[in-house]
Amino acid sequence: MAKTVVIDPVTRIEGHAKISVFLDDAGEVSNAQFHVVEYRGFEKFCEGRPYTEMAGITARICGICPVSHLICSAKTGDKILAVQIPKAADKLRRLMNLGQITQSHALSFFHLSSPDFLLGWDSDPAKRNVFGLIAADPDLARAGIRLRQFGQKVIEILGGRKIHAAWTVPGGVREPLSEEGRAWIVDRLPESFATIHKALDIFKGLITGPMQAEVEVFGEFPSLFMGLVGKDGQWEHYDGHLRFTDSHGNIVADGLREDDYQDFLGEAVENWSYLKFPYYKPRGYPDGIYRVGPLARLNICDRIGTPQADTELQALRDYAGGVPTSSFLYHYARLVEILACLEHIQLLMDDPEIMSPRVRSHAGVNALEAVGVSEAPRGTLFHHYKVDDNGLIQKVNLIIATGQNNLAMNKTVTQIAKHYIHSEDIPEGFLNRVEAGIRCYDPCLSCSTHAAGQMPLHVQLMAADGGVIKEVYR
Amino acid sequence: MAVRTLSIDGKDIAVEAGTSIMDAAKEAAVPIPKLCHLEGLTPVGACRLCLVEIEGLNKLLPACVTEVWEGMVIHTQTPKLQEYRRMAVELIFAEGNHVCSICVANGNCELQDVAIEVGMDHSRFPYRFPDRGVDLSHPLFGIDHNRCILCTRCVRVCDEVEGAHVWDVAQRGAACYIVSGLNQPWGEVDACTSCGKCVDACPTGAIFKQGSTTGEKQADADKLEFLYTAREKHQWTR
Repeated sequence: MAKTVVIDPVTRIEGHAKISVFLDDAGEVSNAQFHVVEYRGFEKFCEGRPYTEMAGITARICGICPVSHLICSAKTGDKILAVQIPKAADKLRRLMNLGQITQSHALSFFHLSSPDFLLGWDSDPAKRNVFGLIAADPDLARAGIRLRQFGQKVIEILGGRKIHAAWTVPGGVREPLSEEGRAWIVDRLPESFATIHKALDIFKGLITGPMQAEVEVFGEFPSLFMGLVGKDGQWEHYDGHLRFTDSHGNIVADGLREDDYQDFLGEAVENWSYLKFPYYKPRGYPDGIYRVGPLARLNICDRIGTPQADTELQALRDYAGGVPTSSFLYHYARLVEILACLEHIQLLMDDPEIMSPRVRSHAGVNALEAVGVSEAPRGTLFHHYKVDDNGLIQKVNLIIATGQNNLAMNKTVTQIAKHYIHSEDIPEGFLNRVEAGIRCYDPCLSCSTHAAGQMPLHVQLMAADGGVIKEVYR
Repeated sequence: MAVRTLSIDGKDIAVEAGTSIMDAAKEAAVPIPKLCHLEGLTPVGACRLCLVEIEGLNKLLPACVTEVWEGMVIHTQTPKLQEYRRMAVELIFAEGNHVCSICVANGNCELQDVAIEVGMDHSRFPYRFPDRGVDLSHPLFGIDHNRCILCTRCVRVCDEVEGAHVWDVAQRGAACYIVSGLNQPWGEVDACTSCGKCVDACPTGAIFKQGSTTGEKQADADKLEFLYTAREKHQWTR
C-alpha cells in the first residue's frame, strides 16, 4: 500500500515548513513536496501607506535579511523620486549589502549547515547544531561566529543597528560612513579573510572526500539560473541587468530590465503551499524552472572581478567540470561569495569617495510606478510599487528570492527522498538529509511568503491512498 | 495679588490665585504626565493623563484645567492614579493604529515616552484597528490619522499661535477625527501658511514632514513655548 512521510517542522531554516514524502505501492518514493505553511499578507497591508515607509515596513518581513528589503525598497523609491542618488550613497548601499551577504552566508554555513558536515548526518540530533559544533571544534565555531559578527557590524556601523536599520531611504542613505567605522572595518578584514579561506579548504576537502555522494544527490539536475550581472558580465549584487543562463553555461537571455519582469517571470500557485512558484515565462510552467542565489550568481557571471574570488570561482568550475548544477554546491558558492564580498569591501575601504558627506538626493513624487531589484543573499529580489499623485501606495508586488527557488527545492527534496527512502522504516538521519536538501538553498520562508509563525519543520510519509503512515515533528 | 497656599506630594507652595494645578506642580518641580497639554496653548483636558487626587474629593481632577484653591492637598503619584494613567495610555494605543517600529516618530514620540513612564508593557484592551487614512496632499507635510490621539494640539497651535485655524475636529465619540479646512485635503486649504507649527506640536508621528522615514521626525515642541513666551512676555530666550 502506498504511504506518505511527513517532516514537520523543517529545522535550521528561517520560517515554517513541512515536507511530504509520497510512497507508492511498492514502498518506493513516488514524489515529495515542500510546503510552506505560513501566510502574512504584506503586499495587501502596505496599500495606503506612504512609499517612503516601504523600506521600514518591508524590512520587518525578516530579521535575517532586512537589509535586502531596505535596499530594494530604497532603489524602488529612487525611481519614484526619479533622481540619481549621490555616488557615495550608491557605494555605501553596496557596502551594507556586502556586509549583509557576508553575515547571512556565514550564518547559513557555520550556524545552520556545518553541524551536518562536521558532526555527520546521523549524529545525535540534540547535538547537531551550532552548540555541538562549539563543543567539537571551538576554534572554527568561534571564527564562523566572528565572521558573521563582522558582517553584522558593517550593517550596524552604517545603519546604527544590526537589524532593521532604517538607513537606506529613497534618494540615498541617511548618514555617511564615520571615520571610526571605516577604521573598524579595515581592522577586522584580515581575520575575516583568514576564516573564509579556512572554511573553503574544509568544504573542498568534504566534497572531494566524504561528501561526494551528496553532490550527486542533493539537487543535481539541469535548470536555468538567473541573477544580476554588472558591466561586462561581472558578478553583481546591487545593480546591473538580469541574465538567464542554462546548465551548459549558454546565455538564454541577457540585458533584461527589472521594469519588464512581468514579461519574462510568471508566478504559478499550487493549492498545497503558500509559497508561489515563479518560472521563466518563455518556457512555461513548470519547464521554466530556474534557480537564484549564490550558485546562480556565480553561474551567470563571466567573472567576479577580484583576484582571490576569481581564483576560487575557477576552482569551483574546475571541480564541477563546467557549470556546477548540484544544489549542494550552493554551500561552496556561498563561501566564494563571502570571499568576493570581503574583497569588494576592501576595495570600497580604499575608495576616498566612500567618506563623502553627500549621501541623499531630495525630490517629490515624479513617477507613479517603479520596479526595484537587488541581490539578496538568497537571490534576486524585486519590489514593484504603484503610487498615487501624493505617493500613497496603491499596489505592491514583492518577488522574493526563496520563492524563485521553490520549484528547485521541490525537485531537490524528491531527488533526495528517492535516493534514501526505500521503505516505511525511515532512520532519522535520512530525514535530516531531506531537510538538508532544503537547507542548501538557505530558504527564508518568512520572507518568501511575507508570512508569520514559529520556526519548526514537519515531515509526513503518506501512502498512495492518502493515509499518513509516519510523521516527524521538530 | 491673591495668593493660594497648597501642598503637592508633601511640598508646600504658594502660587497666584487662578494658577492651574499643572503650573503649580511645575513650580514645585513635581512632574505630572501629560500628552494634550502644551505650554502656551489653552488647556483642554483631553488626554486624562494629568489626573490628580485631592484630599476630601472623591473624583480625580485633570491638573491642566483645574485651578488651585486655598489649602488644597494634592497627590500626583498614588497607586490609583498610576492604574488610571496606565489604562488611559492602553486605551489610546487600542483606539488607533500605533505601529512604533515603522513610525516616523519612533524614538522621538511623546506617546512612547508616556507608555514607558506609566509602565505599559501591553494593552489589556482589544485593538480596534480602525480604517483611517493618510493625507499627503500638502507639498511639505503629511498627516497620518492612524497615529492621531486627538490631543488637538495641532488645532490649538494653528488657531492660537499661528492664527490660521486650518485644523478642527469633526464627528463625535469614536468617530472623531482631525479635519483640515472644510474637511478638504490639506493641500487644498488656502488658510495654511505652511509654517509647520502643527508638526512641532504633534506629540506622535501623526503630523510629519513629507519624505520622513522611520524614526526621522524630530518634533520641537519647546519652540512653541518659546514663541508664546516671546509674544506674551517679550522674552526671546530658550
